[in-house]
Amino acid sequence: MRRVASGVTLAALVLLPFFGSNYALDVANRCGIAVIGVLGLNILTGFTGLISLGNAAFMAIGGFSAAFLITKAGVNGFAAIPAAGAIAALLGMIVGVPSLRLKGLYLAMATLAAHFIVEFTVVKWESVTGGVSGMSVPAPALFGVVLDNDRKLFGLVLLLALAALLFARNLFRARPGRALIAVRDHETAAAVMGIDVFRAKISAFGLSAFFVGVAGALAAIQSRIISPESYPLSLAIDALSMVIIGGMGSVAGSVLGAVGLTLLPEGLRAATNALSGQWPDLISKLSILKELVFSILIIVFLIFEPHGLAALWRRAVRKRHATTQQQPEGGGK
Amino acid sequence: MDFTFLLQLLINGLVVGSIYALVATGFVIIHKSTGALNLAQGEFLMVGAYVCLYAMTTFRLPFAAAFPLTLAFTALLGVLIERVVLRPLLGSPVISVIMVTLGLAGLLRSGLQFFFGTDTRAFPELFPSAPVMLGVVPVSQGYIWSVAGVTVLLTALGLFFRYSRAGLALRATASNQQTALSMGISVKRMFALSWCIAAVVSAIGGVLLGAIRGGIDMSLGHMGLKVLPVVILGGLDSVPGAIVGGLFIGVVENLTGGYLDPLLGGGVKEVVPYIVLVLILMVRPSGLFGRKKVDRV
Amino acid sequence: MTAMALSIRDLFLSFGGVSALSGVSFDVRPGEIFAIIGPNGAGKSSMLNCISGLYRPQRGTIAFGETPVTGLPPHRRARLGIARSFQNIALFKEMSVVDNILVGRHLHARTRLLSAGFSLPSARISEKAQRAKVDEVVAFLGLGAVRDEPVGTLAYGVQKRVELARALASEPKLLLLDEPMAGMNSGERDDMVRAILETNAAHGVTIVMIEHDMGIVMDISDTVCVLDFGRRIALGSPSEVRDDPHVIKAYLGEEDD
Repeated sequence: MRRVASGVTLAALVLLPFFGSNYALDVANRCGIAVIGVLGLNILTGFTGLISLGNAAFMAIGGFSAAFLITKAGVNGFAAIPAAGAIAALLGMIVGVPSLRLKGLYLAMATLAAHFIVEFTVVKWESVTGGVSGMSVPAPALFGVVLDNDRKLFGLVLLLALAALLFARNLFRARPGRALIAVRDHETAAAVMGIDVFRAKISAFGLSAFFVGVAGALAAIQSRIISPESYPLSLAIDALSMVIIGGMGSVAGSVLGAVGLTLLPEGLRAATNALSGQWPDLISKLSILKELVFSILIIVFLIFEPHGLAALWRRAVRKRHATTQQQPEGGGK
Repeated sequence: MDFTFLLQLLINGLVVGSIYALVATGFVIIHKSTGALNLAQGEFLMVGAYVCLYAMTTFRLPFAAAFPLTLAFTALLGVLIERVVLRPLLGSPVISVIMVTLGLAGLLRSGLQFFFGTDTRAFPELFPSAPVMLGVVPVSQGYIWSVAGVTVLLTALGLFFRYSRAGLALRATASNQQTALSMGISVKRMFALSWCIAAVVSAIGGVLLGAIRGGIDMSLGHMGLKVLPVVILGGLDSVPGAIVGGLFIGVVENLTGGYLDPLLGGGVKEVVPYIVLVLILMVRPSGLFGRKKVDRV
Repeated sequence: MTAMALSIRDLFLSFGGVSALSGVSFDVRPGEIFAIIGPNGAGKSSMLNCISGLYRPQRGTIAFGETPVTGLPPHRRARLGIARSFQNIALFKEMSVVDNILVGRHLHARTRLLSAGFSLPSARISEKAQRAKVDEVVAFLGLGAVRDEPVGTLAYGVQKRVELARALASEPKLLLLDEPMAGMNSGERDDMVRAILETNAAHGVTIVMIEHDMGIVMDISDTVCVLDFGRRIALGSPSEVRDDPHVIKAYLGEEDD
């Protein structure tokens, strides 16, 4: 049953470029990119318990690295994506070094500071980033295939998103992933069981930043033009909302949160368009409306379902297949 | 070097810093007594400024009536938020509490934008506009009133904590919840009280800031994030630290704004508090006045 | 002379001027069950925390076999073969019983981030081997019925057993138990005593244990060390310690206040 459902979903996704509208493919690409980025943040915050407000900064690092590598270093666009991830991972590990000493709120503050410092650096380092005016990002091309629109880009996004999902799923069913969860749940006990807590945290920072950097590179390629303003703090908060609403420490939750909250504003847009007859100023307030709804959702989920959509989903599945015992997810939560 | 320019920067820094100090005090009070990190502190400030503006323009109330009304409103809001949003999360992981205050910040900000729009709104003139001369430096009267207001308020808070029953109970709660409980103090009520005080204090900061600037918009909310370097510098659980930290960050910000921004093409003023934050976290995470915690297993 | 399993020499530990251990020394012989007893606040848990590396003593040395470990962080000591349980249960509360015990196998697997993420054959083989070992431990401690339950939902006594299982899964040479029987009913206690004795006998694991149940301590330990106010006031076989005037005084003194 579950196999059939995922098979049908996969088939629909593979066929999407052949029948979807331009708008649908734009949204689908943004969903896929969000899945990769949210998975990255979830590895750090949900699975390892290290809160980060620096997600937008790592998106920016991924985006500007890719743009720089393609336009100024002459790297092929396809190679630039993992390279951007690697650069983000390296910087992520550097930011992670103080994390051994910092916990909870202090880490939130340190990553917030990292956000503003990265933003400042991006604005000032004009020779690399183009400064305030930003950069344009050429489409990746290989053997005459040029991914210059959403329809052509979708295959790559889908592939990378699936790879990211499988990687994360495997990881948290095996030793290194369990070590991260152990560090989150009880740092002292983890250390006593032989886990090098510092190393675990640094690898969580690196892996998380790699995913987020790849997402940033893809987002830059999709939008074609990036500037420091493409990465406001609210982007980091949106990503955290997706993690929380989707489900902290859950791979499936990352998908639900990323897709759900990427589609939500689109739904709001459709709704306000439909209601613009009665309330003409509603359209202009769309972004405010989005923030309002996201904020309310965060609060409501934290109070009533801290394990997010993933928990709701699991409960619904269990209810439907009450007879067949489901294997609990490797993520633990 | 132009001495008047330096003096002007220092005064600007102290004025803005005093408001940082005020908002940071609210922040510290919440953290001390409830352990929560309130990232919606800047939004409390906005609520204060907008409610006061609304009362004065739409209801045409004089400031003397609008101001107490604002305080009453924000006091109620603080209590309500604690009761509805924070209390269900008692005992939740730090991440949840931080995130819920981020959600709260978003809710308050988008709510205000929904009602008041995103344009800058003129704030009624509260203080005479003619500057007075402080030595050779002309200083606007708003600045003087504002610093005086903050000083009075912080003194009043200090007295409240030292001598009033509620203040003592709040301090007892902050130092040890179990002991406070055993002395018959309602810890839950103290949590509500600390959110109430924090909201009111920030609202006052918002009104003062509105009056000084002459206009308010959504950028007021950034004060909430600026306060983080302040409290890290001073120590998350120290009210004197919040005051010293506030003044220090205010001054550093204005000095770098005055001297480094022209050289580097702007933006340094905005980032320098966060560089200070990182330095403090690396050197002394408990801040200048904060207590070091001994982790026991 | 054969090497001691554990040698504690002149350990001093204090917190902000309040001393928890003042000059404690003792040796633990390989393969024995060594009990640390004493009134509340005597420094028993502080001692275990020093041995497992959670606290750094201000003075003194700790040697594990022939290896000095005084300055090593906890995970390095675990690598040498020291495992422990905690007085207040310290399980990974969002994980299932099996996953908790699997963490105990951390040191015996070598799977790295990339081989795990790409699920390479080496990672799969290692994972299978670890799970087989965990199944042994699960069977040994009778945790089969709850193996896939999240630990947070289990009864206190069962959680204590899971903690022991996690420690055993790491195949330690030295096992530190901090009040393994606290809060258990008598049936659970019997099971725990049996598990401890069997671990000690079958696998030759040296055990250092803090326990308040004097009946059990006197029954199963080879050596008993009595601490009071951070000092060692007695050391010897259970019968020697039972008749020691200092010990009697320390215990009666406690009941007085």
